[in-house]
Amino acid sequence: MATVVAVIASTHHPFYYRASTATGEDRPPFADEWTSKILAFRETLTRARPDVLVMVGSDHFHQLWLDNMPQFLVGKAPHYDANWYNEEREFGLPRMLLKGQEDLSGHILRAGLDAGFDLAFSNELRIDHSITCPIITLRPEADLPIVPIYTNIFAPPLPQPKRFVQLGAAIREIVESWPSHLRVAVIGTGHLSLELGGPRQFGPHGPDPEFDQRAVEWIANGDLDGCLREVTLDSLHSPGNATHGFMDFMLMMGVAGAGVKADYVDTLDLFHTMEAYFTWYPNGAPAA
Amino acid sequence: MSKYLLNKFLFMVDRDPELVERYRSEPRELVAWWEAECANTVLNCHGGEASTWLRFDEVEREALATHDHVKLFELGAHPFLTLTLFIALFERDNTEPLEYQKSYGARLAHFAMPYPDIAT
Repeated sequence: MATVVAVIASTHHPFYYRASTATGEDRPPFADEWTSKILAFRETLTRARPDVLVMVGSDHFHQLWLDNMPQFLVGKAPHYDANWYNEEREFGLPRMLLKGQEDLSGHILRAGLDAGFDLAFSNELRIDHSITCPIITLRPEADLPIVPIYTNIFAPPLPQPKRFVQLGAAIREIVESWPSHLRVAVIGTGHLSLELGGPRQFGPHGPDPEFDQRAVEWIANGDLDGCLREVTLDSLHSPGNATHGFMDFMLMMGVAGAGVKADYVDTLDLFHTMEAYFTWYPNGAPAA
Repeated sequence: MSKYLLNKFLFMVDRDPELVERYRSEPRELVAWWEAECANTVLNCHGGEASTWLRFDEVEREALATHDHVKLFELGAHPFLTLTLFIALFERDNTEPLEYQKSYGARLAHFAMPYPDIAT
């Protein structure tokens, strides 16, 4: 059976690509520290020597729209074009082309449906920065086949937080039941406190540093009980109007397992939002 | 009132470079054209299968025609869609980084929690 060699959760910051590639006067003062942290984070994936990446993210009204909105969707295609015109326009993100791992997509769909998750699927999916940002930060060669999984953290009504956790736990089991000898990393991105299009946006820090601190502790300690006790669909409005993206972190806590501490934790306090990076090694940390 | 139709306008204009420019330079004309020609389009369906019932009310039409992102927020338009499109419209006029983004937030400062409901 396949092996889950790493579980990785992080924020996805669309400004990283431009900040890290800028030079001279265009290079922001925080770029060097940010790049240094990303290189260290990238090494946690490289060391795990993955063959396949399961990528959990959320479409930002690019391909998925209100006339036909899935709650959870699995891509099943041989290739995925990536990034959209408005992401090139606003963030300077490059067009990308990623390979798909259709066999694993099919396995996740079949086993997920059989486990009680009514997963939608897509045979032609153009993916956005929720998945390309971690490709850029963690595997910029973009050379490994992927299975994209989209969640709805964006267009209410949303699934409950516990459903994200349950799906994460199921993804872990399903990947580990895939009849393959390949090494799989499960990577998911979300947000800590975040405000987009509201009065608290683009401040000197994330809109709710206290929430961010508690969230980092929940994730680092695998504290699903504490997290689920405090986090509800209603409560997530308070730290910032886009904080429902935290549920993708909760999904990844489900993949990592309740009570399992992360092997690698790092954060970076930036304007607008706090960055956070976590890696778990289910089979123990690989040699450096 | 149709939050869905407001969102559909923001969504369809934002993804089309030509419409972004028309919305910047001639917002009232663009809104009128879009409501007449595009509001009832079912995405991925040909014109013969368009919807028949979608239209803005006067407040919505005026908010779009005057680039009034504060009113759009009040009406429950999706804040991500509004922000993304309005950055495309006006960030180019910045004289310092994030100038428009910060002023956009400041203009919404009178909104307290809970914000207007965005569920459609």
